[in-house]
Amino acid sequence: MMLTINNLKVEVEGKAILNGIDLEVNAGEVHAIMGPNGSGKSTLAQVLAGREQFTVVDGTVSYDGQDLLALAPEERARRGLFLGFQYPVEIPGVSNVYLLKAAVNAARTARGEPELDAFDFLTLVRARLEIMDIPETFLYRAVNEDFSGGEKKRNEVLQLLLLEPRLAILDETDSGLDIDALKLVANGVNSLRAPERAFILVTHYQRLLDYIVPDRVHVLAGGRIVKSGGRELAHELERRGYDWLKDEAA
Amino acid sequence: MSAAPDIRDWYRQEFAGRAPGLAGAGLPWLAAQRRAAIEQFASRGFPTRKEEDWKYTDVAPLALRYFRPASAAAPVDAAALAPFQFDAWQLVFVDGRFAPELSRLEGLPGGVRLTSLAARLRESPDALEGWLGRHVGAARHGFAALNLAFAEDGAVIEIRRGVELEKPIQLLSVLTGGQDSVQHLRHLILVEENARAAVIESFVALSPVASFSTGVTEIDLATGSELTHYRLVQNGADASQIDTTHVQQGRDSRYAAHAVTLGGRLLRHELDCALAGEGAECRFNGLALARGQAQVDTHTRFDHLAPHTTSREWVKGVFDDESRGVFSGRVVVHPNAQRSDAEQSNRNLLLSPRAEADSRPQLEIYANDVKCAHGAATGSLDPDQLFYLRSRGLEMAHARQLLVYAFAVDALARLPYATLRRRLAGALGARLLPGASLEELIL
Repeated sequence: MMLTINNLKVEVEGKAILNGIDLEVNAGEVHAIMGPNGSGKSTLAQVLAGREQFTVVDGTVSYDGQDLLALAPEERARRGLFLGFQYPVEIPGVSNVYLLKAAVNAARTARGEPELDAFDFLTLVRARLEIMDIPETFLYRAVNEDFSGGEKKRNEVLQLLLLEPRLAILDETDSGLDIDALKLVANGVNSLRAPERAFILVTHYQRLLDYIVPDRVHVLAGGRIVKSGGRELAHELERRGYDWLKDEAA
Repeated sequence: MSAAPDIRDWYRQEFAGRAPGLAGAGLPWLAAQRRAAIEQFASRGFPTRKEEDWKYTDVAPLALRYFRPASAAAPVDAAALAPFQFDAWQLVFVDGRFAPELSRLEGLPGGVRLTSLAARLRESPDALEGWLGRHVGAARHGFAALNLAFAEDGAVIEIRRGVELEKPIQLLSVLTGGQDSVQHLRHLILVEENARAAVIESFVALSPVASFSTGVTEIDLATGSELTHYRLVQNGADASQIDTTHVQQGRDSRYAAHAVTLGGRLLRHELDCALAGEGAECRFNGLALARGQAQVDTHTRFDHLAPHTTSREWVKGVFDDESRGVFSGRVVVHPNAQRSDAEQSNRNLLLSPRAEADSRPQLEIYANDVKCAHGAATGSLDPDQLFYLRSRGLEMAHARQLLVYAFAVDALARLPYATLRRRLAGALGARLLPGASLEELIL
């Protein structure tokens, strides 16, 4: 088992957000986590990546047999965990290329591979820019600064493609995208699907799942997983909304 | 063992011994000014924290030591200066004295006179009478008094009407002296009607030992003239420096100053701009990085004396370890200065719980039709940005350094001179992100 979440309870500023999450993800699988706004989806994604403003009050998370919650965010990243941010952070003054190269080299060092020099890095990044239809000039702009919503999301997937993580958590990477951008993002993700790699797609809409077909679908409501199923569950949610599940959970 | 002499008496005795050898010693008008200055110092001494303008600045480390004139032990190796030099006409000062063999003056166009203060006084004994000390006199404070009394040299830059320089002029001050050495430099910059120039003042203390410099720069900008003024301070950790710049601005003149401070112990820069002519404009863009025990003070005073005058100010500081920063920004809009426009911003980053920044914006407005805005913020690094970088695998320390770089480099974006901007970004990168390539850092 790559990821095992057991009875995870999380608070922020004294307010309970997650009330006992149980989830297992195997290598090779794609899981979708759906649910209404405020259900705790983004909190779960950020806790897994190591966001410190959230307090884990109970439960365990094991990643490759290790206590994930004991690791610093950068350590999680170095062990192959990637979070695609719902709201990618703007960092004026830091060039995109600097961040991308530092991130790639941190991952390579962790894997025991030599760091890439500027030339090899550029070769690597150019191929992926093409997949994401991002112009090379983006490399020399400040990280996410003055990027449109769609550009920010494509930049997140560009990072995903460069870092080739073992477990990728994509937090609403589909929101705010037009259909062409959505297809680009889906193509990017699909190109990485592999037996040794797992994905957790956090999404509000089933639209993304038309392009990235999940193995399992979970519905999060009130800080708990209230229903799990196969890909057909996503279609049912599309038809019926979330309200029937709230009743079922109550 | 006899008691240590009172510092005021000591400087007075120093003066008595050195006055006959100072530049322009034979000129009665200057000798009188110098005598008055040392008397002023003898009566007032160094400023103390009881004085409002010095409330946050403890000058005791300078006021309790017997600093002696710096004298170069060995000639300065020209190659050692290369990292601090630009493609510019240059006057180099070593330990407070003009060093012609290190300077570069060839190809200076007509209409520009660029000489050392000592030479100018020698060649034209009365040309500077009425100019020296006109705006920064001995009455200002003890450091200005010492400067006027003891200044041996400096630069005199005179740009004639309508002349536009295609290269900057660099005034490079190098302090090589040993323990407890002192230098006093005094520059005068006169820009006539519609002339245009850029001046780079660079300060380098090559030695890590305790030293002390005072500097006074008096600038006169005539109608329609324009001066871009860079100040770069890259001193050793125990070099202190108290500098005062006064800019007298005529109608439609433009003054833009960019001050970058990367090293030293107690560094105080005072900038006064007197916007005396209608339509005059001044801009100040300051960046300081301090660590260890350093203190970096920026004191600005912009007087809007005429209608339609504009002042802009951006001051940024990064304070680590036990370092301190003081920003005091005073804007005075005088009754006659209708339709004036002033904006001021001060942002400080504190990287250690023991670092401190005091910010004192002061607006005094005596006219009714004016636009004034100011903002000040002191804080630590943005947690969202830190988390984003760490989630990409960057170590905490690396992420922090990168964000400090980003905070600082933003101030460099306002520098119009690309060579200088790149050089300074490189210096910031080398300090904060060793090993990083400039091509990947620069935006």
